[in-house]
Amino acid sequence: MEKKRKIRIMIAKPGLDGHDRGARILARFFRDAGYEVIYTGCHQTPEQIAQAAIQEDVDLVGLSCLSGAHRLLFPQVVSQLKAHGAEDITVIGGGIIPEQDFPLLAEAGIKAIFTPGASLESILQWVLDNVGG
Amino acid sequence: MYYSDRLLLESKSLTDKWEEEVRKIAALYPDQKARFSTVSDLEIKRLYTPEDIKDLDFTNDIGVPGEFPYLRGNQPTGYRGRYWTFRMFSGMGSAEDTNRRWHLLLREGNTGLSAAFDYPTLMGYDTDSPRAKGECGKCGVAIDTLEDFLALVEGIPLDKVTTSMTINPPATVLWAMYIAAAKRQGAAVSEISGTIQNDMLKEFIAQKTFMCPPEPSIKLISDTIEFGAKYVPRWNPISISGYHIREAGSTAVQELAFTIRDGIEYVEDVIKRKGLAVDDFASRLSFFFNSHIDFFEEICKMRAARRMWARIMKERFKAKNPRSLWMRFHTQTAGCSLTAQQPYNNVVRTALEALAAVLGGTQSLHTNSLDEVLCLPSEHAVEIALRTQQIIAEETGVANTIDPLAGSYFVENLTNRLEADAWEYISRIDGMGGMIKAIELGFPQMEIADAAYNYQRQLACKEKIMVGVNKYATDERQQVPLVEIDDRIETEQIGRLSGVKRRRDWNAVRRSLADLKSALMREDNVMPHCIEAVENLATLQEICDVYREVFGQYRDPGIF
Amino acid sequence: MTASSNDREKANKIREGDVRTASRLIRNLEDKIPEAKTTLKHIFRHTGKAHIIGITGSPGAGKSTITDALIAAYRREGKTVGVLAVDPSSPFTGGAILGDRIRMQRHAEDPGVFVRSLATRGALGGLSNAVGDAIHVLDAMGKDKIIIETVGTGQQEVEIINYAHTVVVLLVPGMGDEIQALKAGIMEIADIFVINKADRPGAKQLESIISSLLDMAPGFPGGWRPPTVKVENVFESAPFNERTGELRETIDKHYQLLIESALLGDHLKRKTLMEIQEAIRMAIIEPVLQDLTRTGRLEEMTRRIMNKEADPYSLAEEAAGSYLKNIPR
Repeated sequence: MEKKRKIRIMIAKPGLDGHDRGARILARFFRDAGYEVIYTGCHQTPEQIAQAAIQEDVDLVGLSCLSGAHRLLFPQVVSQLKAHGAEDITVIGGGIIPEQDFPLLAEAGIKAIFTPGASLESILQWVLDNVGG
Repeated sequence: MYYSDRLLLESKSLTDKWEEEVRKIAALYPDQKARFSTVSDLEIKRLYTPEDIKDLDFTNDIGVPGEFPYLRGNQPTGYRGRYWTFRMFSGMGSAEDTNRRWHLLLREGNTGLSAAFDYPTLMGYDTDSPRAKGECGKCGVAIDTLEDFLALVEGIPLDKVTTSMTINPPATVLWAMYIAAAKRQGAAVSEISGTIQNDMLKEFIAQKTFMCPPEPSIKLISDTIEFGAKYVPRWNPISISGYHIREAGSTAVQELAFTIRDGIEYVEDVIKRKGLAVDDFASRLSFFFNSHIDFFEEICKMRAARRMWARIMKERFKAKNPRSLWMRFHTQTAGCSLTAQQPYNNVVRTALEALAAVLGGTQSLHTNSLDEVLCLPSEHAVEIALRTQQIIAEETGVANTIDPLAGSYFVENLTNRLEADAWEYISRIDGMGGMIKAIELGFPQMEIADAAYNYQRQLACKEKIMVGVNKYATDERQQVPLVEIDDRIETEQIGRLSGVKRRRDWNAVRRSLADLKSALMREDNVMPHCIEAVENLATLQEICDVYREVFGQYRDPGIF
Repeated sequence: MTASSNDREKANKIREGDVRTASRLIRNLEDKIPEAKTTLKHIFRHTGKAHIIGITGSPGAGKSTITDALIAAYRREGKTVGVLAVDPSSPFTGGAILGDRIRMQRHAEDPGVFVRSLATRGALGGLSNAVGDAIHVLDAMGKDKIIIETVGTGQQEVEIINYAHTVVVLLVPGMGDEIQALKAGIMEIADIFVINKADRPGAKQLESIISSLLDMAPGFPGGWRPPTVKVENVFESAPFNERTGELRETIDKHYQLLIESALLGDHLKRKTLMEIQEAIRMAIIEPVLQDLTRTGRLEEMTRRIMNKEADPYSLAEEAAGSYLKNIPR
């Protein structure tokens, strides 16, 4: 019998930005959609996020940053995961991210970016299509 | 009894007839929605009548401007005497970049300065800290030492201009730098005027830029209030904030209640810890509210705030000096109401929110730029935002008369309602043992998280609308010129910082840091030692590390 | 690679402390992947070395903060730590927010610490069904101390006694915990009481309530009368570290007592008995239910019961009869 796997996702805020309204709403929303959501809180370094993702064996890491530091920090999360043999964990991001930064982030391995105004449903749909649930 | 019995009877009879008409029409042409509510989800009736304010006591509930309960304003003369301060918040990149932007704003008619700092500065880290990587100058100006600060205020007469600094855990350090800079300019410290935000309770509740745990954070705040009362009497040592609470997703009532209750907590602490009489310091407490998109809710919220604070200062704290009863507040239009989609719509939103703040009687106002959801504001966007305020002041006529909406059935009813609901929250928090206890229990945080989630849910099912986002959305991408902060700024700033570290007298720094530490252990007022440390070119982080060492580092308890 | 050598490789990785393999195994156990049990079989003989500590208490009692402090205290002693932080799954959606990790994130980069969040997934008693298996995994990894932090559902934490050597119960003054303490379950399972946030009013009363309740106990196994440690809510400054250091010492003292007396053996026996019973239940019930589902019999039974054509008890006996033909009853 094919067992239905529970999808585990992690929501993390790298860097010093403490605006977590969106991250918390996302966490609740995904819980209500049946996911197990691990929330690391704010002020995380990329290393902390990567280690936590590996310890929790998550399928997806969602990064939120509103301070402009995404250019440096998001790719660092991806490279940390890779360095620890966990490049199969999907990384997506959201926050105040100008469109001109999308190519840079995509190249660094961020699979999707969701900016302000993106509906929760659209994020859920993306996760359903690309990760599972 | 606000109205005569005869008038109420007349009103009731007409209203009854009207209700009958409504019933007939609504049967054929139903309303567009089942429920009409504010953005905070407070239900609003179709019509307000004298019936809705009949229990008001004119003298004690409404009164006149300049008299208790100050509902209609603190000053008898209103905006005719002086407009609210046009205080545009700004900061970006290096101190020189920001200084340039400040001079531009002053030339364009900004009447007060307002400093935005970058994240490392806000969190008490230097630019060369590993935690600061990627963050330098991105959402505000980077300040590591007094030298940066001097560059920031270059050419600005600190005894003539008032400056507000949005800074919280390291507020003592930035204030010390300001004072040191003023001294360098030859300005009298007792003459300088400005504000430091310095409100840690709202950090624990909403904004999350924290450093030390609640107890010692409040101690530092009381130090600044005491120091200000004695030596810098024209300075507002705290800006008790609701803005961030609202941005985190709270309702208007929660913003009102939690802000005021924070205020109560601070007043109680200063009295208890410093033994000051309330009238020694209360006149310098200031507040900071959000002006959100629901027009009347915001006006009523601000009016209610004034009345509540006056009542609290008079009845709870027995303040005698009228100035202690005044609630003076700065307002910022709501960042969270702006959209990335169709960004030019934001000009309209900001204008309406600014209008509400003026009708609410704000002392000082920042209007958001249309591009703030996307990046730091461009010069052109900032100009439009500033002109918005100037147009309201000079063209619309709303400043011709004081508190023009007073007496409106709707406005007075809604003001009462917001006040009543806010009192309930305040009692609850009193019952928990105060705001710090409530924060430990996670109470305000949970209320805000629930409100934020509820609003999101309402957006998702279109109970609430954001034009351009869930209604009237287009595929067309409106291009707005974006301001980018060069990553080079970080390298340059690090270079500057190491230059300062090389040149300075390390022994003097070490001594002043050790001195600061013993002052903290002795529970002396920290400010004089802080000033000495910054004058010796101790860095922001070096000083904050002393705080962290003595008081510990707070960690987010992650309440869901 | 054969299935068996694959399992052996995984088992070796786990014994070497490989976090990814261990966490994936725990995941597979949670998701009830049959292959996971096979790997578990390979690592089972390497378990039984860790000291298992249960931390329990009502929501808001500060379990995660205490767990975080204990991690730090044990790391100072050079011990490696595994943590299982259990949070409730929503009964309606099946999802969960696992937020205990937030308070322990400062240890995220420490290779000597492995924190794993688990959702209860519908289990009663505050613990997830996979906890027992997850403990074995952490044990086989070589963790010296395994801390289980449970959902504070009041009376239902008693289940933790089946897994932990040392059960620490957290109480907070002024949160109605005085009443909680009176519930027999809490008093009987605690090996150590912690009064957290002891700077609050009511701490003394709480302490004396605990003491008088203990006075009424008929006796203490091994002569261990559960001590009370008072911890004030101060972040990371010396007094807090001191008190949590004292807690750590007390926990270790308890374990020492278990070792020296025969109690450790008793505990192991009790635990093993529970485990084998549970395993047998799973080994028998799962396949039976699967078969009943697959053949449609379960659906039919449900229909008949709903139509009141039969009662669940008789149908169950019938089914049992058909599967247990060879067992004398």
